[in-house]
Amino acid sequence: MLIPLSWLKDFVDIDIPAELLAEKLTVAGLEVDKIMYIGVPQTQQAHLHATFKQEVRYPKSDHLVWDREKLLWGAIREIKPHPNADRLVLALVDYGGAELEQCVTGAPNLFEFKGQGPLPEPLYTVIALEGAEVWDGHSDEPKRMILKEKPLRGIPNRSMVCSEKELGISDEHEGIMLFHADLGHKPGTPAQAVLGDIVFNIELTPNLARTFSIYGVAREVAALLDKPLHPPSYEVVMDGAPIDGQVFIDIREPELNPRFTLSLLRDITIKPSPDWMQRRLKLVGQRPINNIVDVTNYVTFEIGQPLHAFDYDKLVARAGGKAPTIITRLPEPGETLETLDEVKRSLDSHNILVCDTAGVLSMGGIIGGAETEISDTTTNVLLEAAAWQFINIRKTMSTQKVHTDAAARFSRGVHPSQAILGLKRGIELMRQLSDGKIAKGIIDDYPLPPETVRVALTTHEIDRIMGVRFSAEEAAALLRRGGFEVKVEGETMHVTAPDFRMDISSDPITGQADLIEEIARISGYAAIPNTIIADMMPDQQANPSLEREEQTRDLLVALGLRETISYRMTTPEREVQLVPPGMASSLPQADYVRLANPISAEKTVLRHTLFISLLENARANARYNERQQLFEIGNVYLKNGNAPLPDEPRKLGLLMTGKRGVSGWMHGEEGGEVNFFDLKGVIEGLLDGLHVRQVSYARAEHTSLHPGRSAQLLLDGQAAGVFGELHPLVGLAFGFEDVSVQIAELDLDAILKQADPLHGVEPLPLTPPVYQDIAFIVRETVTAAQAEAVIRKAGGALLKGVRLFDVYTGDPVPAGHKSLAYNLVYQTDERTLTDKEVAAVHAKIVKLCERELEAQLRA
Amino acid sequence: MLEQLETQYKQAAAALEQIAEGAGLAEWERETLGRSGWLTGMLRGVGQLPAEQRAAFGKRANEIKVALTQAYEAREKLIIEQDLARDLEEGQIDVTLPGRPRPTGGLHPSTQTLRQFYHIWGDMGFQVYRSRDVEDDDTNFTLLNIPPHHPARDMQDTFYTTEPNVILRTHTSPGQIRAMRELGEDGSKPIRVILPGMCYRYEQITPRSEIQFHQVEGLAIGRNIRMTDLKGTIAAFARRMFGADARVRFRASYFPFTEPSMEVDVECFLCHGDGCRVCKYSGWLEICGSGMVHPVVLRNGGYDPSVWSGFAFGFGPERMAMLMHGIEDIRYFWGNDLRFLEQF
Ligand SMILES: [Zn+2]
Repeated sequence: MLIPLSWLKDFVDIDIPAELLAEKLTVAGLEVDKIMYIGVPQTQQAHLHATFKQEVRYPKSDHLVWDREKLLWGAIREIKPHPNADRLVLALVDYGGAELEQCVTGAPNLFEFKGQGPLPEPLYTVIALEGAEVWDGHSDEPKRMILKEKPLRGIPNRSMVCSEKELGISDEHEGIMLFHADLGHKPGTPAQAVLGDIVFNIELTPNLARTFSIYGVAREVAALLDKPLHPPSYEVVMDGAPIDGQVFIDIREPELNPRFTLSLLRDITIKPSPDWMQRRLKLVGQRPINNIVDVTNYVTFEIGQPLHAFDYDKLVARAGGKAPTIITRLPEPGETLETLDEVKRSLDSHNILVCDTAGVLSMGGIIGGAETEISDTTTNVLLEAAAWQFINIRKTMSTQKVHTDAAARFSRGVHPSQAILGLKRGIELMRQLSDGKIAKGIIDDYPLPPETVRVALTTHEIDRIMGVRFSAEEAAALLRRGGFEVKVEGETMHVTAPDFRMDISSDPITGQADLIEEIARISGYAAIPNTIIADMMPDQQANPSLEREEQTRDLLVALGLRETISYRMTTPEREVQLVPPGMASSLPQADYVRLANPISAEKTVLRHTLFISLLENARANARYNERQQLFEIGNVYLKNGNAPLPDEPRKLGLLMTGKRGVSGWMHGEEGGEVNFFDLKGVIEGLLDGLHVRQVSYARAEHTSLHPGRSAQLLLDGQAAGVFGELHPLVGLAFGFEDVSVQIAELDLDAILKQADPLHGVEPLPLTPPVYQDIAFIVRETVTAAQAEAVIRKAGGALLKGVRLFDVYTGDPVPAGHKSLAYNLVYQTDERTLTDKEVAAVHAKIVKLCERELEAQLRA
Repeated sequence: MLEQLETQYKQAAAALEQIAEGAGLAEWERETLGRSGWLTGMLRGVGQLPAEQRAAFGKRANEIKVALTQAYEAREKLIIEQDLARDLEEGQIDVTLPGRPRPTGGLHPSTQTLRQFYHIWGDMGFQVYRSRDVEDDDTNFTLLNIPPHHPARDMQDTFYTTEPNVILRTHTSPGQIRAMRELGEDGSKPIRVILPGMCYRYEQITPRSEIQFHQVEGLAIGRNIRMTDLKGTIAAFARRMFGADARVRFRASYFPFTEPSMEVDVECFLCHGDGCRVCKYSGWLEICGSGMVHPVVLRNGGYDPSVWSGFAFGFGPERMAMLMHGIEDIRYFWGNDLRFLEQF
């Protein structure tokens, strides 16, 4: 929202620099996002500091500061033809000097005055004298220039009448800036004093409906600076025939339209609005149209009450020549309306409408209809100022996809009390600008006035929430600055909220909070002391779920993996790539959590598996990184039958591809490519680090994985995830053609449940170990797990360790067989083992392996 | 004989002076002093000399042996020193060559920032409470004092699911309701928690805005929690996070679930308030929204708002990491480009 300080000053006296005012507004919740300067200089930090003892920060602005000696308010007295050029004229400008200054200019908007001799009424503009700094009007890029003496087609020229672009007001460079009135300043006045201004851009939070206007901001400024407020004039000169009988109102939905007011202005002339109004409208970003439409906009921006003007004669025509009746109601089935934005709208059942007996006129509080709008031929104006329920306006804005300045205000809430003020302000301004006559009286239908909000607040309650002790009188004074009526009774304040404070709740507890916020805001947040919490500390508890998750991350990082965090959104089509064509999916079969309003076609559901995140990350990185070792911890989302909320199990995903090691400048040290056992090593390392017990592995049947190189992790015999080499066809789908990808998705909740932070520690052995190796040949179908189980069974208590150190197939091992070789460690704390004891156990192991594994001992 | 001894001695002494390396020295020793060396041979041959010459020869031969042994040892020491000096000289490597790269892992920057929050808030007695990503509309909005069609809903563009009234949480604040109801024991226990988690907003993905991001929200509920405590607590956090002299500015703001509400700015730690691109030349960085828990929210959490009070605050870890590391593009976070991740 744009707030020109020149306009703001109509309503409140401001005696501090703009930058300090911006800081005060920002700290009070009206965030001044930007300060725009028109011609005037910024305040110096040092000045602020010295004068106001305030350290205020604001960005340095690189705007053009208008030289007070060389950029002056000028009156153009005459436009003469240029003797040598048709496209140029000579403007004779009174700039307060002894003689008129002659400027050579090509401004097209002066040509209509050419050769008329001295103008009966001068035109006003800004004249730049030699040496003045201005923006270069002919440059596309912002470029400054210093005005120099330069003859134009044989006529000496050392000054310039300026366009808005040259002064840095706007990009307008079609013609020079022209005013038809002196704006109250004599020629020769520094342009800064006439047109210089500062405009704030204020970001409004949704609770600040009351400040959605210049006057609304002025109220805040008055409260913050503790200055009196000067309201606009609501006097109306009514010298026309009485309004009674000329128009009627019929409100059918008072909940949606609690108030509707009308005034009638006859015998007007449609013409441009005056310079001062046009200038103000431009400063707030509006395009001037004509005196009637401009007033509706002006009042909307000035006091925040949107107005709507009808062409009264068109209404009379629609009523068959009789006095029209304005009806506000909901649409009938099939009703449509063509609005001012040239959209033909079919209406929704909740759209509150302004109608007459012949049909729909406009969408109440939002946008007018095309048929009855003001035109150049309008002579009689019916002005509407009404109140609308803000929630209903919001619904209509979203379903009809329409956004107007009026709707923006009504959708935040405008109190019905404002309607009559807006009507009076608007109709009187229209009268002044259009030479019309206002009908005597106002039609004011107000079926549902809101209740006045009254809240009782104690100083104790302020202290309880704020931690600051105010006396009742101190707090009351702060509230009164904001327009509240306060009656103090001991420690209690009986507060009546002003009607524009629709944000103050009538619920006692919420209303108190609303008032406490107001007291805090007006007194200033900076003035509230900082304390440490004196309240009792709640019981402290451990959070093992989080702590072990973080420990898992640390272990995986120590194992050399890098963490990723991915979008949780994907599509079923993306996840289908995880299944080789023609095969059944082993991925979760639950329904997806589907987005009703996806942001793009690539993000329509929440993921079922981390596989998709890992593989897409790996594919994206593959171009620059052949070697990738990644992990991700995060939720997947599985709909659970008819339960509205899905299950969100926590998963751990791992992905490894490329070389085992990192290549440096020493050749050949990277090792081979990672395979199943690298991945399994990481999983074992993690489970060891977490002290998870009862771990076993079994073959997996998962169609996304290589059928021969994939496994299931079992914890206590329960499945807790799968891992292994990615199925080559799936690898291909993700661009991994010649390289294998090792991937895992494990159930982190199940793993962490088994983690044992209280794991015991083996004492260090007191006796020396005895090492023996054993190697035997078994059929290939015998698994390592089976072989180790037999060895351990036979070894009994004396066998402390079993480590597989070689697996070999090929000559001389017969086909269909393999050789397994183990380091065995014998040890007991009770005594140092003798060779004889060891030999006995060792023989037992050999025997059992021969019997149970049909093993054949090697040399 | 004696003459021959003297000649050999001179030759051997001279030869020793010429020896420059260990191998030559060993050979000299073998040929001279060794068991089959000439000097040993000569000493052994003393018995064959006439008796009157024996004493003189023996004496002289022993003198020579002592002299040569000493010379040998000196020579050996010299050669060892020279060898070592040469080894040290020749063993030089180019120390500017890169080290052998170790396979290293690392934590995602969001995790690293989240951990900073866990540590700092943990020290202040705030424990971590996590809640679900997919939420019901009631918990995400209505119970937080944002009824349907409330203007505040405009502040948070929402992802809806095809399940009626089920959405992706737009903030971690629904965790406030869940924490109060779970930990509050019907509004009878104080609470001090932080609520980290992923949030989702329906926004265009740009360098400055993302559809998913972490939040860390904080909640303190008690019978004596005041706005002054909120200010003091946030200021303490800022000192921990940004340094002991971090300056903080509190300004009024609006969140439907707190009142009074405030935004917290910290003095830009890049320009120390002078104004720079990161702080948009304002000198301040917005780090946190906060406020006193709204009475309606307390009530919805099971607490009597006329007895209990509390404060809440919310941080954006990704935004914080962006400020602290000068990251210009928020899309880096879920892009998972290793060239980005490996910088952490
Ligand atoms: Zn900065």
